[in-house]
Amino acid sequence: MKVMAQVGMVMNLDKCIGCHTCSVTCKQAWTNRDGVEYVWFNNVETRPGLGYPRAYQDQEKWKGGWELTKRGKLKLKQGGRIKRLATIFSNPLLPEVKDYYEPWTYDYDTLLNSPSTEHTPVATPRSAISGESMKIQWSANWDDNLGGAPEYAPQDPVVKKIKDDVTDRIKFEFEQAFMFYLPRICEHCLNPSCVSSCPSGAMYKREEDGIVLVDQDACRGWRQCVTGCPYKKVYFNHNTGKAEKCTMCYPRIEAGQPTVCSETCVGRLRYLGLFLYDADRVTAAASTPNEQDLYEAQLDLILDPHDPAVIAQARRDGIQEDWLEAAKKSPVYTLAKEYRVALPFHPEYRTMPMVWYIPPLSPVVDALRETGNDAEDADNLFGALRSLRIPVEYLAELFTAGDVAPVLRSLDTLSAMRAYMRDKNIGNDTDDTIPARVGLSEAQMLALYRLLAVAKYEDRYVIPPAHAEVAADLDEMGCALDGEGGPGQFAAPPPPQRVSAESFHMLKAVRDEQRYGAAVTSATTDLPHWNGKGVALGMPKVRKSDD
Amino acid sequence: MILADVAATEPSAAMEILWIALPYVVMATMITGLIWRYRYDKFGWTTRSSQLYEKSILRIASPLFHYGILAVIAGHFLGLMIPESWTEALGISEHTYHTLTVPLSLTAGACTIVGFALLIYRRRTVTRVLERTSTGDKIMYVFLGLAIVLGVLVSWYASGIFGEGHNYREDVAVWFRSVLVFQPNGAIMAAAPLPFQLHAIAGMLLFAIWPFTRLVHVFSVPLQYLARPYVVYRKREPHPTGSRAPRRGWEPSRRD
Repeated sequence: MKVMAQVGMVMNLDKCIGCHTCSVTCKQAWTNRDGVEYVWFNNVETRPGLGYPRAYQDQEKWKGGWELTKRGKLKLKQGGRIKRLATIFSNPLLPEVKDYYEPWTYDYDTLLNSPSTEHTPVATPRSAISGESMKIQWSANWDDNLGGAPEYAPQDPVVKKIKDDVTDRIKFEFEQAFMFYLPRICEHCLNPSCVSSCPSGAMYKREEDGIVLVDQDACRGWRQCVTGCPYKKVYFNHNTGKAEKCTMCYPRIEAGQPTVCSETCVGRLRYLGLFLYDADRVTAAASTPNEQDLYEAQLDLILDPHDPAVIAQARRDGIQEDWLEAAKKSPVYTLAKEYRVALPFHPEYRTMPMVWYIPPLSPVVDALRETGNDAEDADNLFGALRSLRIPVEYLAELFTAGDVAPVLRSLDTLSAMRAYMRDKNIGNDTDDTIPARVGLSEAQMLALYRLLAVAKYEDRYVIPPAHAEVAADLDEMGCALDGEGGPGQFAAPPPPQRVSAESFHMLKAVRDEQRYGAAVTSATTDLPHWNGKGVALGMPKVRKSDD
Repeated sequence: MILADVAATEPSAAMEILWIALPYVVMATMITGLIWRYRYDKFGWTTRSSQLYEKSILRIASPLFHYGILAVIAGHFLGLMIPESWTEALGISEHTYHTLTVPLSLTAGACTIVGFALLIYRRRTVTRVLERTSTGDKIMYVFLGLAIVLGVLVSWYASGIFGEGHNYREDVAVWFRSVLVFQPNGAIMAAAPLPFQLHAIAGMLLFAIWPFTRLVHVFSVPLQYLARPYVVYRKREPHPTGSRAPRRGWEPSRRD
């Protein structure tokens, strides 16, 4: 067992109102530049729909993610290493800009410099790439709110998958269709196919927090990662010739702050926290033969942060104490593994994605309400979930490779919570059999309600700050000028001392002092290294009178 | 020496500049240029692919050109680096060598030049690609095109399909190796036929501008990928805290 930490996200789809605030703030923070006009690290899709880029989930066409060879070994779906190096001069599976959309601006000059005319001057759209006049025919969100659904929704690759058995029952007339929003970012997978397909070794997964990044100095623009990612969340900056992707806002995460998309989400539907996982078993789990077992295999990789054996191993693997504490309080662990209400996105791609989704109950509730039934009643909801096959099957294709059981389990839990809490809130006697029907105690039900419905900021985001002092052993370098001929002008330079050893003793003294109130032996006060808490090293100690 | 009479001719200033000084200027420019570029502009070291804009022409043109040029490079290595005496020692006569290599070199040349022409056509006619072509790219295409066109001309000339042909292994190759071992024999190159001289000059100019163009991607052939574990892990990098201005990257990246 090798324990590694991963920053994961859970999104509660029931709360998403499709306002695109996350997309807009992300774009303003990261991709409001030349060369990435068409790029949305975060986008929100209406499902059923084509998504962005168009029909990216059709892996028979795009060949993203992994597949198993006949001998059961993992192989990139786009082909082996030699084949891909041989086709490197023109990646046959790269989406063109029209598969995303051609970015545009408007010819505002016409308006600003127009002389007085009889008719209002019109600012025509211009391509942001070529500058030519263009007709706007697609965008990142063309089929928003099922716009054009009769035409587009049947082309949804997920609909196509389930259509075989339920052709007649899927209708895309607006009033009859179910829909929900799906916000997407990079999945920061445990078994990332983008990293694996990068010939230059420029993409990497960070050891400390599992964030997947592109080294901009090492990327050579071979574009294999764009094809490798089945979620199409690695993009090609056509101006710099380098790949770019969602960074999980790592500068914010390192400082203990949530990502921009999470911070600005008005629905407060995003959760951020740590997973501890067993890195040794990732490949084995991703090689699970049956696609529908991949969800369980992925859950099985995630370790219990309360288990003493896991904690001991995590310490040996260099995970810091505050990170272990944060892992215990992690909302994403709670939702994905403890309650099993959050599900991974397309586990059948075998990438072990780390952005999880709580499936939306609302389409079912809405359908139920329209039939005139009490849509908050537990029995009605359980029944409806099983009779309204289409939404559940559609969700299963997204989250569990088509296995409806885990989706039903999650939706049952949400239904039970809804029914139980309705009784509680309007002052009825609560029915304690409702939590029991989904295998929870009343206390657990209340805790889940608190996490999902009350969703306090500090419960949603449990992010331990990065340990700057261990970053690439930075402090081993010391000051380059300490030495002969340096500004100190030592006659005889003192023997070199490892900087880490020095700071270790210093920090240990500070810590000991805070913890045990140990006597101070140092002669000088060390204010620069004082963190503002407790007593600074060497500061005269003020003892309380009852000591 | 076999061609002692050629070497004994009066050295002229032009000969010395073109065939003795220029090769070393080019070598120095290329090597220091590459080191400089790698140290100070890793961010600019990329293929600068335009596949995102257009892929139907690229799909044919780019592999045609690249595989062609790889064969051309292999051919140059064979023709310039392997002395004639070695192949003769293997029992391959000049005639056999010629018969074997001429069709290969003409095929490789044809692939390269057709691929190149298609790529230029694409760059010129697809507005999106044209708009995003830098001045550096345009200069590079001129030099690359010149070297390729003259190269095809040379292999035609050498083939003997028209005229009597020419065995470049007795002069051009000898000069090339003499330069590499730092005992330049400029006179022998000065006596080579004009097309060879022009091709060599075009080639040298191309090498001289090489480090400053997108051609640097040639030195990034990712062969290490074949021997690497799939998933790459890296430790978090410390953020720069010095007073030196950060190098070029991500933003601001305005196009001129």
